[in-house]
Amino acid sequence: MIATQEAFVAQAPDPLLARLLDAAIEAIGTNADLLGDLDRAIGDGDHGLNMLRGFAAVAGQRDDLAVLPLAAALDAMGKLLVMNVGGASGPLYGSLLIAMGKAAARDGASVATILEEGVAAVKRRGKSDRGEKTMLDVLVPVQLAWAQSCREGLAPRDALERLRRAAKEGLDSTRPLMATKGRASFLRERSIGHLDPGAFSSFLLVDATCRAFLEVEP
Amino acid sequence: MTERVSIVIVSHSADVARGAAAMVRQMAGKEVKVAHCGGNPEGGLGTNVAAIKKCIEQVYGPRGVAILVDMGGAETNSEMAIEMLPREWKTNVVICRAPVVEGAVMAAAEASGGSSLQKVRATAEEYFR
Repeated sequence: MIATQEAFVAQAPDPLLARLLDAAIEAIGTNADLLGDLDRAIGDGDHGLNMLRGFAAVAGQRDDLAVLPLAAALDAMGKLLVMNVGGASGPLYGSLLIAMGKAAARDGASVATILEEGVAAVKRRGKSDRGEKTMLDVLVPVQLAWAQSCREGLAPRDALERLRRAAKEGLDSTRPLMATKGRASFLRERSIGHLDPGAFSSFLLVDATCRAFLEVEP
Repeated sequence: MTERVSIVIVSHSADVARGAAAMVRQMAGKEVKVAHCGGNPEGGLGTNVAAIKKCIEQVYGPRGVAILVDMGGAETNSEMAIEMLPREWKTNVVICRAPVVEGAVMAAAEASGGSSLQKVRATAEEYFR
């Protein structure tokens, strides 16, 4: 392994963290209306407002979070989202980050392991998996794409671009799906033909953080 | 006063939560402690972990707490709130898979007789099977 992983872990506690936070905060801030529209189509319409509230809380702590070690920053951000997002997405995104933080706190934890444990926590919290028209339709392919990049020893830039593609393809894969979890499942076949709002916010966050990495990666 | 199982009602709507709690009080009197929450911080519809955790803490006692939820995020946020409780409380707080209003009234009626948490939960859940 895995030059890819070591490169990122080594960079973790430096200003890169501030860039990642800013990228995530901006991605949610500029797309909150769109998330709301997507959620109004097949859900209760509050995903944009909820995510905005959560990331406003993150923005409020941005300077403190940015100087923490990676594991502590993930844990603190997860707890902020749990306490502020509301809806099911608060516990789901919170569980993702808290589990990633827990994995990152272990000596020698690879990024692949951190992602794997984070996504596993979302599956447990949501009692769900890929194919149910949820954020997992983005997160699972992203995690698998990273694992594959590590196995192939891909250069960081290529691995990051692969993650962005995986996130976009995962998002698009939710359109023809019928929702079987969450509020959208009440619509049954009428949920078909719409992008899932949770998958969309996951895509936004993955894409924004990958782009932030790419800006610092030569 | 003999300790009873307490009831927490979690709805996306503050009005539904308040109304369900009123129905519980009418049925179960003052013996059963009831707390309720609903809505997002802006006063709209939604649920949040902090409010649920506060409700549990308000009514927690040695006989435990039965939580009634309406749907989706209410359940997920309640699960998260339980995980954030002190270790020795966690196994003494359960979510009932039952309709929020009827389940809360059934659970409170059972609790008022001094039943265990398991029995309170079973009564709320089985009545609607």
